[in-house]
Order: sequence, then structure tokens, then C-alpha cells
Amino acid sequence: MSARAASVPAFDWGRVDAMLRRHWYLVRGSWPRIVDLVYWPVVQMLVWGFLTQFMATNSSWIANAFGVLLAGMLLWDACMRSQLSLAICFLEEIWSRNLGHLFVSPLRPAEWIAALMIVSGLRAVVGAGSAMLLCIPLYAYSIFDMGLPFIAFFLALTMTGWAIGLAVSGFVMRQGMGAENVVWGATFLIAPVSCVYYPVETLPGWLQWVAWSIPSTPVFEGMRGVIVDGVFKPELLAAATALNAVYLALGAWYFLASCRKARERGQILQTGE
Amino acid sequence: MPARSADRNAVAAEVATPVVVVEGLAKHFGAVRAVDGVDFSVHAHEVVGLLGGNGAGKTTTIAMLLGLLIPTAGRITVLGHDMRGDRWPALARMNFSSPYVDLPQRLTVRENLRVYAGLYGVPDAARRIADLAAELQVAEFLDRRAGKLSAGQKTRVALAKALLNAPDVLFLDEPTASLDPDTADWVRSRLVDYQRRSGAAILLASHNMGEVERLCGRVLMMREGRIVDQGSPQALIEKYGRATLEQVFLDIARRGARAA
Repeated sequence: MSARAASVPAFDWGRVDAMLRRHWYLVRGSWPRIVDLVYWPVVQMLVWGFLTQFMATNSSWIANAFGVLLAGMLLWDACMRSQLSLAICFLEEIWSRNLGHLFVSPLRPAEWIAALMIVSGLRAVVGAGSAMLLCIPLYAYSIFDMGLPFIAFFLALTMTGWAIGLAVSGFVMRQGMGAENVVWGATFLIAPVSCVYYPVETLPGWLQWVAWSIPSTPVFEGMRGVIVDGVFKPELLAAATALNAVYLALGAWYFLASCRKARERGQILQTGE
Repeated sequence: MPARSADRNAVAAEVATPVVVVEGLAKHFGAVRAVDGVDFSVHAHEVVGLLGGNGAGKTTTIAMLLGLLIPTAGRITVLGHDMRGDRWPALARMNFSSPYVDLPQRLTVRENLRVYAGLYGVPDAARRIADLAAELQVAEFLDRRAGKLSAGQKTRVALAKALLNAPDVLFLDEPTASLDPDTADWVRSRLVDYQRRSGAAILLASHNMGEVERLCGRVLMMREGRIVDQGSPQALIEKYGRATLEQVFLDIARRGARAA
């Protein structure tokens, strides 16, 4: 029997890299998955782009704020892509009955979460980024004109997507595949109060409190500030970052608690309906 | 020859120290006592069989040993590490194979093995995969998707994954289930070969009595979540006055059914 050292690093980027490879191998060998990466962002962009273009020629207010709707849609999609990608990467392990192998390997939960976030971040960049780039030739509109604030907004919304993705993945882990549908619609739950296409003041007073407690709301307020008023408000980004930190911690905690609960109930080997 | 004497002493010390220690292990699902107070140990260089009818608690026991299932009570120590609070160092030095768990079907065999080599921190992964592929005769389909393999090929790949990190403790749940006799015999030969070369401890759950007789030096007989008897296959055959281990198994299983 070998006399190997018993010490195993608490966090090893080699194991994170192994999980990144797992998803890279999956995507590169499956054209439907590659198409899926860009399909919905592009379809959404087309629908909203043409709608916005039509309205821009028919309404003086919207004509002045052409980019607001399109930028809102594009950034909202980044959030949704990030959430969906994280949850789908998790579901891939259930669909392939691979969870048991992962749980028995030295892969630590923090490494798994890191790999899920990196893969979903990359998928959000590819998916939402494709739609953003296509806007330039189609509508002569570049969201990148926002400059550095755009990167901050994109990152903040990606983090929001991670938090929701971790929470819904944990939910599926607890409830089994019967709860899979939650994955597809989870982010839409916060869409009305995220104020993607309208200012927070549009909401009733009590609902504004709810809206300000969600990290995506200050991001979209900040986005409108940049596009409409040409002003970047760092306090909004700071609020979004602080809220994201709280929500990410909660999402990760719930995911880890669900992993433990699944190990208590014996669900790791029975992750079906 | 002092060096050889030192080697013998080292092996003797290894054999004397159990690598798997299970004390008072229990798992209850509500009123169902799937495992109900199990104690045993497994030493290095030892192959131990876990036998019992369906629902006897074999898979539940192995799942707890692997850390896939948190026990209701009891303690598991693998390679000196408590599996409740300190399982990571042990996980790096153990591995398993089970028909209830698959490798990602859309990844090729090579991609799957590379991913798991990364997760287990296997040095020089490409070489290790090539060596295992040659040894376990999977080289010809290394670049085929795992989902496109036959049952026999899948078993060989599962074994390659289980041996990737040269585990000191190997858990096998029905390693030859659904294999034809020739392939099953080949898998057993590879397991015996690995165990002799590495001195690894192997805990094996199986319904195949011939397999257990061939591989295992000791057998734990489970019924209704408890270990009801144990010993070498030959000792159990003699104790029950039977001709084969299968007859012993039937004796124990039917005794339980009558008692119920």
C-alpha cells in the first residue's frame, strides 16, 4: 500500500480546472449546446431590438432613450444567462448520473461552486456578448459605448445570476428532478421588481422597498443614469455589490446546506423524480 | 538480509492496522432501519465481501463509507480519518465503482479520465491514462463517447476511473453486474492483480457467490441491516454444513424470512 501524504489542500485550482474541463469537453462536443448558448440572447435581442426601433420612430420620449430598452434587455439577459448556465451545469451532473462520482472525489464544495461560477460567467459572456455584438450592425447601437460602467453592470448582474443559480440548484438537490422547472423560471421572479425597463419610482411605494433590496435594481437604475443622464452613480454600484455579496453568501450557504441534506437523505444516488 | 526484514515488518504493521474501521454504524430513514448497528474493520491487503439479499443494507453501508450518506449513528474511519469531519484526505486515497453511478455520457472516455485525474490530482495524467488504458484494454475506445460503449466496455472504463488514483481503499458495488461470464472473469482477474500489486484493501458488495469465493478472504453476511455472521468463505461453508457459499447465503436469507 502506498504511503502517500494525507494532506489535501483545502482549495486546489487543479480540481477547479478539472471541472472546467468537464464542461468545456461537454460544450465543444455538442452543437445543440453551442447553439443554445447564443440562441435565446439573440432571439430576445431581435424581438426587443425591432420593437424598440419601431417605437423609436413613433414616440418622442422613447426616441430619446432608444438605448434604455435595448440595454436593459441585453443586461437582463446577462443575469438570466448566468443563472441558467450555473443551474444547467449543475443539472448536467444529475442528468448524467455523475453526482456520486463527484461527491466521492476530493472535489471540495467551494471548488465546485468556483467552477460552476466560472463556467456560467464564461457562458454569459459568450451568450449575451454575441447578442450585444450583433446589435452593432443590426441597429447601429453599441452597449459598449457605456464604457467601464458597462463592465461593472455586467459583472454585478452576473453575480446576481450566480446567487440565484446556486439557490435553485440547492432547491433541485433537495426536491429532486421534479423541481427542475424552477431552474428555467427562477430569475423571472425578480424581473418585475428589478425595474429593467422602467424607473423604480414607477412601482408602488411599498414595492420600491422590495426593489431596493434586490441587487439587480440599483444596476438598472445606474444603467439608466449613464444612458439617459450621462451620469455614473458609484453609490448605486456599491449598493448592488454589497447586496450581491449578501445574496451570494446566502445562495452558497443554501447550496451547501442542500448538499448536506441530500447526503442525510440518501439522495445523491437517487437524484431523479 | 535486514532490508527484506524491514519490508516484512512494514507489511506486517500495515496488515495489523485496519484501514477501514466501522463502529456502531446505523442509518435510519424514518421508521426503516436500513443499517442497524454494524461493526467491522478491513485491513490492507485484504478483500472483504459484503453479502446479503436485496434490502439487507449493503449499498447503504457502502454509501456511508464513501461519504455519500451521513449515518444516523456510529463512526467510520478510513485510513485514519473520521469520515464525518475529516473525509477529504481519505477521499483522495480511495475510489469506487458502482452500477448506480455513471460517467458523463457525452464526454469521451479520455475526457472523462482526464477530468477525474484532475479531481484526484493524479500526476502525469496522460501517462497514467495511457498505462491504465493498455492494462484494462480500453485504449481502442479512449476517444469514443462513454454513452456509446457496451456494458462490458463501460465496466472496464469504470474500473479505469476507480484505479486512476491508485487507491489504497477500493469500494466496489456489484462490479460485474450485467457482464457476461468471460468479461466478468476478466474484471476479477484485474482486481486480483491490482490488489496483489498495490496491497490495497477492497470492500466488495456482490450477489455473485462464485465471485465472492474467488476474490474474498473474508465475508460479512448482512440481513435486515445487521451483520449476522462473518468469516472466510470456506469457514462459513463448513460452519453451516453446506457445499457452497450460495447455499450458506440462502440459509441465512431464509432463516431471516422465517423469523420475520
